[in-house]
Amino acid sequence: MHPIIAIILNRLVLGIVTLFMVSLIIFISIQMLPGDFAEAILARAATEETVAALRKELGLDRHPVLLYFDWMTALMSGDLGNSYTGRGVIGADESRAVFDLVAPRLKNTLFLASFAAIIAVPLSLFLGITTALYRNSAYDRIMNMSTLTTISFPEFFIAYILILFLTSLFPIFPSLANVDADTEFFERLYWSALPALTLTLVILAHMMRMTRAAIINLLASPYIQMARLSGATPRELILKHALPNAWAPIVTVITLNLANLVVGVVVVEVVFVYPGIGQLMVDAVASRDIPVVQSCALIFAMTYILLNLLADIIGIVTNPRLLHPK
Amino acid sequence: MSQEPNTYSALGEVGAVSEKRSLWQRLMLDLRKAPMTARFGMIVILGYIILAVFAPILSPYGEAEVFPEPYAAWSAEHVFGTDQIGRDIFSRMIFGARNTVGIAVATTLLAFIIGGSLGLAAAINQSWLDQFLSRAVDVLMAIPSLIFALVLLSIFGSTVTNLILIIAVLDSTRVFRLTRAVSLNVVVMDYVEAARLRGEGLWWIMRREILPNIMPPLIAEFGLRFCFVFLTIAALSFLGVGIQPPTADWGSMVRENASLIMFAQYDIKAGLTPLLPAAAIALLTVAINFVVDWFLHKTSGLRDEQ
Repeated sequence: MHPIIAIILNRLVLGIVTLFMVSLIIFISIQMLPGDFAEAILARAATEETVAALRKELGLDRHPVLLYFDWMTALMSGDLGNSYTGRGVIGADESRAVFDLVAPRLKNTLFLASFAAIIAVPLSLFLGITTALYRNSAYDRIMNMSTLTTISFPEFFIAYILILFLTSLFPIFPSLANVDADTEFFERLYWSALPALTLTLVILAHMMRMTRAAIINLLASPYIQMARLSGATPRELILKHALPNAWAPIVTVITLNLANLVVGVVVVEVVFVYPGIGQLMVDAVASRDIPVVQSCALIFAMTYILLNLLADIIGIVTNPRLLHPK
Repeated sequence: MSQEPNTYSALGEVGAVSEKRSLWQRLMLDLRKAPMTARFGMIVILGYIILAVFAPILSPYGEAEVFPEPYAAWSAEHVFGTDQIGRDIFSRMIFGARNTVGIAVATTLLAFIIGGSLGLAAAINQSWLDQFLSRAVDVLMAIPSLIFALVLLSIFGSTVTNLILIIAVLDSTRVFRLTRAVSLNVVVMDYVEAARLRGEGLWWIMRREILPNIMPPLIAEFGLRFCFVFLTIAALSFLGVGIQPPTADWGSMVRENASLIMFAQYDIKAGLTPLLPAAAIALLTVAINFVVDWFLHKTSGLRDEQ
């Protein structure tokens, strides 16, 4: 077998193991809940019999190992369980399936994240390459200062500055992302413009700095020196000689930042009341709706792990030393 | 050792007794050479420390003192107006320095105590302990920390102690990785081997042989980790699951006054009010980043290549 396939398979297995461990961790930490689900749903005043009955109805009276396997098998078939909200007394169950709550919101979140990524990735590449090209110029320094500053800003600060200027002072975009399943594509773009812009600014700085660093790092290598001595112009040097070899680190950086984007989405969705999975999770945490929290956490962790895995694999595949083994 | 620039003599220099500079003198010399950004950063950090320590003396009103008029405009009486239930925002900003920054410092310290000691132990004792800890950290780091913190807070409830413990444990994974990585380079040194051969225990090797040699990257990491912890706690408080009212805290203050931003057209000062605590967070992280940048540059021994 080609060594590269072996490495990739190795990483895939590792990723699946990690995913399994993560599900175990989430499950165990929820088992540590003082009291349990039954006590959490029913009020403090509930008698012991009521708690026991609800526990039986939810199947919580069984061994934790069995519970875990039940949860996992249900997950495999796409069943995320039922939410606790809407569940009042025993028997009167008006709770909704977590899947129905999560699915449309997940779509919204993915839309928002890809919107931000489509702006941020080309822009950061352009800025990264041009700052490397005009290194130590005024342009480079200004970009450097401003990216260092935006990295230090909390997401909600960027969001509210944008709202202040683009909604409050100059009403161009709406501050509330009023999106639902029937919203037209272009209307959707308009409504989610500000959240997408905020996310773009959040990840842009990191991606740009890493791209610049990757290219500058390469400029020190001997073959670039050779090209320079043979009379290549700075533009040729970067676009023709450095960039092809810089793709691997750059693509890795982009994928890693997209993983961060998934997390950054939580705060931004709350600011703009965007109906995404991040907001769902925060609401569920506030009302301690454990099945929803558990499912959202798993989805976030899964996306994060998959993107990291992807970055890893791209790094391996684009490594010329591994592609052409002796 | 004073020399006139024009009357240099080698004999004079050799003859002069060179005195060892005291710690204070070296510090002042370093400070004088520090770039503008680093000085700015240090002044800002000092300002925050003063605010945090002397909060009760500096603030005009109490942390949770309620006044009759909610959402009051900026005035001489209330410098930044009052919030949704009539508390003085300026006073709460000052107390916020104490609460938000204090909690973040405590969390970062705890993360370093946990992550640092385990990292050192794993690097010295490269057996099952190292394997076990490294794999555990790998798994913990596979979950985005904000998400994991949300899960744990929903289970254990949002109290300050829980917040500090949860974030500290989650962040100690990164400290563990760094400490382990940098100490692996030191562990192989001969003097560590010598210490081991003369029968020193794990604790001695950790504290006396390795720790002094890995200090610079750890100090820089402390600054960056603090920024990260600080932003995470601010984000959690902003989401309403971090520091709980009535404790004054910058993250939740932004959330509480966010609606004021829509009145910026009519009164720009009102529109700026929710941005003030957010700007306070941003200013501190920028300042720390500047100082860490300078510190890294100084300790890495790189000269400015111009």
